Amino acid sequence: MPTPTFGSDELAQFRKTFFEECTELLADLEERLGALAAFSGDIESLNAIFRAVHSVKAGAGAFGYSVLVGFAHRFEALLDRLRDGKAELDERTLAALVAAADVFSALVDLARQGESPADDFGADVAEELAALLDGDGPARPAARAAAEAPEAPAERIYRIVFRPNAELFRHANEPLYLIRELKALGTLTVDCDLTRLPSFEALNVDDAYLSWTMTLRAECRPATVAEVFEFVDDECELTIEEIAATPAVQAEAAAVTPAAPAARATPTPAPAAAARTSGATAGKSAAMSSIRVDLARVDRLVNMVGELVIAQAMLAQQFVESHDRDDSAGLQGFEHLAGLTRELQECVMAIRMQPLKSVFSRMPRLVRDVSHKTGKEVRLEMAGEQTEVDKTVIEELADPLTHMIRNAVDHGIEDTAARLAAGKPAEGVIRLSAQHAGSNILIHVEDDGAGLDRDRLLAKAIEKGIVPAGVKLSGEEIDELIFAPGFSTAAAVTDVSGRGVGMDVVRRNIMALGGRVQVVSTLGRGTRFTLVIPLTLAVLDGMVVAVGWEKYILPLTSIVESFRPDRGQIRSVPGGGEVASIRGEFVRLIHLARLFGVHEAVDDPSQGLVVLIELANGSKLGIVVDELIGQQQVVIKSLQDNHDPVPGISGATILGNGRVALIVDIEELTRLNDRSDRAARRADAPPRPLLVNA
Amino acid sequence: MAEPQDPSSTGTDAGAAASQTRQFISFRVGDDEFAIDIMAVREIKGWTETTILPNQQEYMLGVLNLRGTIVPIFDLRCRFGLGLTTATRSHVVIIVSIGGRILGLLVDAVSDILTVNAADIRPVPDVDQPVDSAFLAGIIAVGDSMVVLLSLENLFSHHGPADTAVAA
Repeated sequence: MPTPTFGSDELAQFRKTFFEECTELLADLEERLGALAAFSGDIESLNAIFRAVHSVKAGAGAFGYSVLVGFAHRFEALLDRLRDGKAELDERTLAALVAAADVFSALVDLARQGESPADDFGADVAEELAALLDGDGPARPAARAAAEAPEAPAERIYRIVFRPNAELFRHANEPLYLIRELKALGTLTVDCDLTRLPSFEALNVDDAYLSWTMTLRAECRPATVAEVFEFVDDECELTIEEIAATPAVQAEAAAVTPAAPAARATPTPAPAAAARTSGATAGKSAAMSSIRVDLARVDRLVNMVGELVIAQAMLAQQFVESHDRDDSAGLQGFEHLAGLTRELQECVMAIRMQPLKSVFSRMPRLVRDVSHKTGKEVRLEMAGEQTEVDKTVIEELADPLTHMIRNAVDHGIEDTAARLAAGKPAEGVIRLSAQHAGSNILIHVEDDGAGLDRDRLLAKAIEKGIVPAGVKLSGEEIDELIFAPGFSTAAAVTDVSGRGVGMDVVRRNIMALGGRVQVVSTLGRGTRFTLVIPLTLAVLDGMVVAVGWEKYILPLTSIVESFRPDRGQIRSVPGGGEVASIRGEFVRLIHLARLFGVHEAVDDPSQGLVVLIELANGSKLGIVVDELIGQQQVVIKSLQDNHDPVPGISGATILGNGRVALIVDIEELTRLNDRSDRAARRADAPPRPLLVNA
Repeated sequence: MAEPQDPSSTGTDAGAAASQTRQFISFRVGDDEFAIDIMAVREIKGWTETTILPNQQEYMLGVLNLRGTIVPIFDLRCRFGLGLTTATRSHVVIIVSIGGRILGLLVDAVSDILTVNAADIRPVPDVDQPVDSAFLAGIIAVGDSMVVLLSLENLFSHHGPADTAVAA
């Protein structure tokens, strides 16, 4: 039989696709396993896990990852026993499944990196699987057939006509493996039909031309035979007929099969029989209604639509400027166009949106592992895992969330004795939830543990030199200390966490996403972290402000309010800075015009506006601008494609009039301001008047 | 579009490629004629107002929107240390591609396309001048006047404050 040959490029491409699929399948497997562990799983979860393992096995077989296939086999066998109710899903089995899933995904990783696993890799787990299987049956996957044997009549004969569609190989299927699998069921005679094979010149190596007529003598039910074709049955014409169970017909079948011409006469499948098998695929084709698209293509689409939005806004503005207001038909047309473009943009952005589930689903497992290690009883409650976020955001969320959940179990929840002593239920609860809030998502990580001990936090911070001794801090400021670099409160550095890189990394990751982290804690009652994260990194809700002739965009999420201060609300402080008092609070003022060297801008805050900003660390800042132009959703453009990074500017966008406007990097403003203050002090030989207060 | 060939190599090995002809775009800054490799030029457009980038070198005029791409614009006259150009609509911006980046050069006017035999490109003699000679790639005699060839790579490899820090 000619095996399909592929160029190395194609093979690499197939392999890539296989591993992409593996990633998805393993994520699904993990999630289902979590459901099982929470005892909320049902037979469907088991089926899904089985399907995942089986799919990976099928692909791994095609690429010759024999260790992976071997392991998958055993894994599958145990799952199959569970599925048939022949084994019980008890603690031991569950532990074995979890361990097997780990080994399984490690094997996939090794295969992906092109490394072969050590000989004894996962041997203990494999033994445990075997032991569980041995408990009430043989460990071989053939156990399936064997176990069913009592219900099945002695020996049956099936005639199987398998006629793959031309695309079969392109979906990473390989008939040879199917035939081998059939062979494992019983005695198989195979006859290959070459009639569809074209001349050599017309041959396309990617297409499947061969069909097979097979006779199988086996002690198994029709469903078992059909199962072999589970992954190809929507890509072929398949007939499975039970011919007879009598020796007489066996003889007849035997007479037919070796003769090639006879096989050629029977390529037409019986539609009724095909219909019988196709029923089983209905559930699967529903899952096929999605396609895999290269992210780069989606990004291009997002960019193009971004351009379209800008072009549309420019056109509309020019139209309004150059036409009478009376041209209502034209105006209406533009409004319609604007509506359509906005909708188009939303649709395109939605392509990149994915439910948070892919990140959340890792957490139950994490909680189980960490609580096991720390000997605590912890229950994880999750809500809102269907909340959708941009794919890039999801990827960046995995690390910080993992860290926070681990922290919550390790540091947040007390050990059982302490909980009971405090009159709490022995089992701690961690709640992970997500919800939309405007153009942001809110993610809460909440525990009912001991809460932050402010005295201890402060003592630790002083000990580590993060804050000077004797400093006076508010309760919230002390809570904020956990985000300080190099801070870790765990009394002992545990295996789990407490290595001193912690919440500061979380905060940095979240800030890199344009988000914020806040913490609220009550001693003895628990801690709640709130992450505020933009839905997407490609657009930004901005406030357009004017400074002199220039326009800047401030991220709307950071803006608390804006106000025009009275002269009495403002005073200079030594060193060249200014502060404004607002409702008893003092905020530092930063003049965008001075910082960015913009001429002809309003210099007196009481003549312009102060935009009050909240920084990621919770502190506030007043930015002095000339005026607010308005709120606008802007498409973020990189400035760094063609230019070096500009301090204080995070990106750029294009306004409706076609001009570029810069997006202000608020977090960097303070640092920039400090630098320029120092520079100013050095440069100004005559000391400035220190107090200018009327 | 194909990656433009390295304009900095222009004319340095004149002898080796004597029979080769190359094309340049010549333009005027003040009273002087300059030329750059035509392969680096993406397009030529009239001057429009830019958006000022904060805290940049004086010759960095800000950024333009070129069909959705943010393009930084540099004042060549100012880069040569001859003071800022008072740009009007009749001034011209040459959009060039250097080392994967797109940027614009503000000049007074574009003059001509020169087809030059590589052998006719002469090295620039060491002279005392306000302009750093590193970005002068050669001199071509055109008729009875001289055109100075610019090496764009050397001209813009050390602009901006971040460069040196990264290199160190």
